[in-house]
Amino acid sequence: MFYAKFKKAIAIAEIVLAFIFAPILLAQKKMIQVKGSDTMINLVQILAEEYMAKNPKSPIAVLGGGSGTGITALINGTCDICDTSRDWKDKEFSLAWEKGIKPRLFAIAVDGLSIIVNEKNPLTRLTMDQVGAIYRGDVKNWKTVGGPDMPISLYGRQSNSGTYTFLQEHVLNNKNYSPDMKEMNGNAQIIEGVKADEGSIGYVGVGYVIDKATAKPMKGLKVLDITKDAKSEAYSPMDKGAVDSGKYPIARPLWQATNGKPSADEAAFILFELGPEGQKIVEGEGFYTIGAKYIEANAKNLK
Amino acid sequence: MTKQRLRKLKESAIQVFFFTNGILAIIVLIGIFALLLYSAVPAFREIRIKEFLTSVTWDPTSPVKAEYGILSMIVSTLIVTAGSVIIAFPIGLGVAAYLSDVAHWRVREVVKPVVEILAGIPSVVVGFLGIVLFGPAIAKLFGRTNGLNALNGSVLLAIMALPTIISISEDSLNAVPPVYSEASLALGGSRWQTLVRVKIPAALSGIIASFMLGMGRAIGETMTVLMATGNARSFPHGLLDSVRTMTSNIAIELGEVPYYTTHYYALFAIGLVLFIMTFGVNLIADVFLRKYQEREQ
Repeated sequence: MFYAKFKKAIAIAEIVLAFIFAPILLAQKKMIQVKGSDTMINLVQILAEEYMAKNPKSPIAVLGGGSGTGITALINGTCDICDTSRDWKDKEFSLAWEKGIKPRLFAIAVDGLSIIVNEKNPLTRLTMDQVGAIYRGDVKNWKTVGGPDMPISLYGRQSNSGTYTFLQEHVLNNKNYSPDMKEMNGNAQIIEGVKADEGSIGYVGVGYVIDKATAKPMKGLKVLDITKDAKSEAYSPMDKGAVDSGKYPIARPLWQATNGKPSADEAAFILFELGPEGQKIVEGEGFYTIGAKYIEANAKNLK
Repeated sequence: MTKQRLRKLKESAIQVFFFTNGILAIIVLIGIFALLLYSAVPAFREIRIKEFLTSVTWDPTSPVKAEYGILSMIVSTLIVTAGSVIIAFPIGLGVAAYLSDVAHWRVREVVKPVVEILAGIPSVVVGFLGIVLFGPAIAKLFGRTNGLNALNGSVLLAIMALPTIISISEDSLNAVPPVYSEASLALGGSRWQTLVRVKIPAALSGIIASFMLGMGRAIGETMTVLMATGNARSFPHGLLDSVRTMTSNIAIELGEVPYYTTHYYALFAIGLVLFIMTFGVNLIADVFLRKYQEREQ
């Protein structure tokens, strides 16, 4: 008897909920779907939130998945804008053109890719070669590079990550990563791993390294200065001048790509990101504003 | 139409309806297998099967040479599963025996629902526990710098397999005819002897089936191992190495792989291997069930 009433109540509740949700779903305006880089996801989410606060009729959905996932999504037509923290590869361009997608790239910020270690590690700097050797697995103990006698515990991203690919191209000279590298799901997981592991090394976007409350690196980790080679000066990724001038060796632009000329809604959002308010948010998140040459290229692509 | 004929028609209709539903399960299973096969076979146009099954390097996006060897992942899956079964089986059987034989009925009323709730914990939450709780604990216990390894995965999978093992083992133990225990006690056996030498052997088919089902759950678990085992591609040398199971590899890579490339087909091939493994485990469980049932007759 009780169960009969219970089932009836559930049935009524289901019908009511369906009536409530159906109009909401049907009335949804087309959302701009942004997918891709985990390095950029926090930044783009905040940009989207600020933009939507000023333009409530223009909903934007921001998802992650890694730069590789974003590129695949743009090519397969499952997103409108894709975020990548690396350049597109030639074969990705070919695949896109084959499918009739014409990617147009916009640089919305600049990142100084940061090499982080646990704060208990006494090292303060490494050369590009050393970082490459460590991540290729050629160097397995910290003492080889001037640190304590402790095995190096590698933290990195997975193959869908733009940061993974960027580091492989620019620091590992297109060689394979060490198979012992722990492949974490995102920047945040690398940060947590490095904080907890004394022999660790990891790579994350500079926006993740800065503790927003104190404007300094987070507690528990240390950002290494990187030199181009043994004779050059070492620069920190948190030094805006070094990143802008290219003296910091592993700086990179953060891109968004649309299919062909951006639609009116997409263009409005991109203009917001490139404008003074957007760039202020970029700085607030710990990344760097774009320089003159990117501003020019962006303006051209918007036409 | 006569009342008789109408009734017969209704009966046949209902029979057909139930038959269709039953067949549907088989159709779905065959369908999944066919889809996996169809999507996996193109991979072997480019990858030699021997290399696929015996090479320890999986690096399809390598700028140097794309490699598609899954042996490290197969071994990782087996290590994590074996570890979880070694942990879960004694505990699970113990709890089942406790609930069925020793516990006061009031304790049973509390413990049984709690075990069911354990089964309902989402795998991400268990993975989260692995990262923040078991990881540092394992690191401290074994003097390592971090706890993202196969042991962590095994502990978490044991937690997830326990409810299955406990539930089914307890049901099997309860299904043993009371005359067996009564006879044993009447002949002078202690309660412990009755439990270990009479009840458990009598319920063995169900207990082994529970063991196999728990193992099947552990083999197929994705999110938990993705979060807590470190996902390193190297061949594991022990429980304290960071490992990457077949399930987490598929989860990691399927989102970003361009459709209909060798990499894409290779991921389905891994899925096929996984499917065959789980199918095999369930088949063995079934065989055991039947063998002991026949013995009973």
